[in-house]
Parts: sequence; C-alpha cells; structure tokens
Amino acid sequence: MAGFATGDLTALLTSFRLALLSTALLLVLCTPLAWWLATTRSRLKPWIETIATMPLVLPPTVLGFYLLSVLGPNGWIGGLSMALGGAPLAFTFTGLVIGSLIYSLPFVLQPLQASFQATGTRVIEVAATLRATPLDAFLRVVLPLSRRGYLTAAVLAFAHTLGEFGVILMIGGNIPGRTQVASIALFNHVESLDYAAAHRLALTLLVLCFVLLLTLHLANRRERTVGVAL
Amino acid sequence: MRHLCGIVALLLAGSAAAAELHVAVAANFLDPLQKLTPIYQRASGHRLLPSAGATGQLYAQIQQGAPFDVFLSADRERPQQLETAGLTVAGTRFTYATGRLVLWSSKAGALGSDGAAFLKGGGYRFLAIANPETAPYGLAAQQVLQKLRLWDVLNDQKKLVTGESIAQTRQFAATGNADAAFIAVSQVIKPDGSFEGSSWLPPAELYEPIDQDAVLLARSTEQVAARDFLRWLRSDAEALKIIRAAGYIVKP
Repeated sequence: MAGFATGDLTALLTSFRLALLSTALLLVLCTPLAWWLATTRSRLKPWIETIATMPLVLPPTVLGFYLLSVLGPNGWIGGLSMALGGAPLAFTFTGLVIGSLIYSLPFVLQPLQASFQATGTRVIEVAATLRATPLDAFLRVVLPLSRRGYLTAAVLAFAHTLGEFGVILMIGGNIPGRTQVASIALFNHVESLDYAAAHRLALTLLVLCFVLLLTLHLANRRERTVGVAL
Repeated sequence: MRHLCGIVALLLAGSAAAAELHVAVAANFLDPLQKLTPIYQRASGHRLLPSAGATGQLYAQIQQGAPFDVFLSADRERPQQLETAGLTVAGTRFTYATGRLVLWSSKAGALGSDGAAFLKGGGYRFLAIANPETAPYGLAAQQVLQKLRLWDVLNDQKKLVTGESIAQTRQFAATGNADAAFIAVSQVIKPDGSFEGSSWLPPAELYEPIDQDAVLLARSTEQVAARDFLRWLRSDAEALKIIRAAGYIVKP
C-alpha cells in the first residue's frame, strides 16, 4: 500500500468497515422481507415493493438531504436516539450505516426475492410431509437452495456501499477516521486538484470492485455447473 | 397595448445587439447575481446565464475549456492562476466584492455575546466549516480557528465537520446537526441588514480578506458584451448598492 496518503488508508478501512457491516445487517434484515414478498398474495405487496425500490430511483443527494433532516436533533430518528439516551446520528458512523442500509436495500432485497421465488413454497410443503417445521424447512432447504441469491446480494451490497458517495457527502461531515470514506477522500483529492493521489485511490477502488464482481460471476458459473451435476 | 409595444420594442432592441453571457459564479455570489441580472438585462439587453458552483470546481471546468464568458470567483488565487495560464484577457481582473465571514447558529442566542468565548468554551458537539482546501470561506474559518488556537484541539476532538461548499455547510447548521457554522454573511443576512438565528462576526484581523475577483475569459465569443458587463458590475451605483446589501464590502 505504499504511496498512499495516510488519510487514504484510514478512509479505505472506514469504507470496508461500513460495507461489511451494512452487508451483514442487510442480509439478515432482508431475508424475512424477501421471503414475505416472494410468497405473499397480499394487496400490500406492490406498495412495499415500490417503497423498497425507491432508493434506486432517488438521487443520492436527495436521499442524503432527507436523512440529514431525519437523523438530526429535530428529526424523528435523531430524536428517538436522543430519547434513548444517545446522540443525534448525523456525522456519526452509525448514521452512515443507517444511510447505507437504505441506499443498498434494493441490491439485497431483489436477488433474495428472485431466488426465493425460484425455489417456491412447494419445497416447504414437501419438507412438511417429512415432518419438518416451516422454520426447519426454511433453514435446511430454502436457504441452501438460495445460496446463489445470497452470494449475489452480498457482493452487490458490498460493492454498492463501497462506491457510495452522495448520501455520505450529505450526512457524513467528512471526519477523518470516522465518516471520511474512500469515495469522499477521492472527491477531496479531485477538488483540491491533487490528481495523482486521486488516481491512486480511484485505481484501488476500481481494482477492488472488479475483483469482487469477477469473483461473483466466476462463483455463479461454478454453482450452475454443480447444480446440473446434482 | 402599451405593454405589448414595450415588449416588442424590448425584443427588437434585444435582437439587435443582444448577447448571451455565460457566467461561472461562485456559489456564495449566486443570490446577488440573480438580483443583478434583471437590472443589467434591462440596461443592456444582454442576457446573463449563471452557472453556480464551488470556485475550485469552476476553475477546473474553465481549465478544461468550459464555455464561460466571465468568471466570478470566490477568491483571488484562481483567477490569478487562470491569468498566468493565459486563459483570461489581460487587464480585466478586479475585485468585485470582499466577503465577510460569520459564525452562525440557527438558534437565537446560542452563541452568546462573544463568539470567541463560545468557540473556546467547547459546549458544542459539532462545528461546521467549508472544506478549507477548496472553499475560500473554509480557509478563512481555518485561519480564525488557528488564531484562536483551537484548530488542532477541535480536529483532535473530531468536532469539525466539513461541507463541500458553504451552501452545504449552512445546511449542516440550519438542520441543527451542527451547533454552529462558519459561513458567508451573504448567506444569512436579511434585507433589513439583520441576521437570522444568532451570529458572531470575527474581527477582520483574524483572517485574510476574502477578496473575490472577476475576470473575462479568453475563450469568450462575446468579448464586447462581457467587457460591458464587467464594467457595469464594477461601477454601476445600483449594482454596488445590491452587492453591499447582500453583505459584501465593495472597495472603492
């Protein structure tokens, strides 16, 4: 990692911490929601799906501005946090995690939902004839069958959070070691015309994301061949 | 009918020598420029089309050949550097306004009577400044904090949050997320000259003057109209009155 400005390495680490934590939380939070969406016949389904897709459409700065209002001392999440004895959440790492959860939600929800839909409820019914409880069937049958969906969701969420910019620009406040992530550090280099430093950081991010996505595609290919062999 | 005649006359007069001037303007001066625009358009027939941004961004865009006629910067350095690079028309650069820095909070009474005491007291969670590397008002804020011997302390305590522009910096304080922010007087001054919320004007000796320079760009295809606009901006009594009312100092 020679040649990096000291702040850049910290910023990369902050980015990784954020991406890792957001991805893990999203996989857990989206599993029940995706399953519900994949299996429900409720009239609410299109409404929930629409809301869950909104982060794809909204410009990140708009999302960021709303978050800045909501996370602050006058907003309801910030207010809730203060009522629980905490502090307002703008300019904190926790605030960034909340922002990332919303921002990357569709990238986890969609692959999981698609994968659950492909599996279908039939496998649970079959498992039930073998006296498996629904939870048992979900954990032992549906989850293993959906591992490609999970892999896709995880990689997309991780890469997308790593590249997150607009939301963090609005709610992060650019504090080194806390809320200054790689994309913001990169932007600062460009803004202050330090193109050499910007190139180094940009190339690092580019290579990282390329490797991540390539891993995903290679893994997906292998899964497919294994699937056929089974 | 008289209105119609007036409009037709205006259109005719306009079409004779009307030019469209693309003005790259530092975000802090966008508001005053928008007030100046209709007055100048009436007086000259030329149209002003402002593109606002951070001075650093506009500078980079001009370097890359952006099609602007006039650059209203938030500092002296950027126009000077463009001049050195031969991208401006020699002899057209001048200081059109001198900005004033203000420490501002959206809450009335939050800063007390002495802003320096408020800053030193440390009874706040976040203080917002614009990025000192790209925004002149951010640099001025840094100078004030350094003179008060607070710069290193606040950085260590991670109390400083940085906005990319003074517009964003103001937003941090306006939403209550930052307790106070160093921004431009022009952003919080009311038409009657008073301020919203609470404010403190740091003494001028705590920071370098924020001289904002204007310059005519070499690649402009409307040199005559652009020269006319710069002359007007520098000398028209009504224009100077508007600039002063917006919270700037205009040096004679």
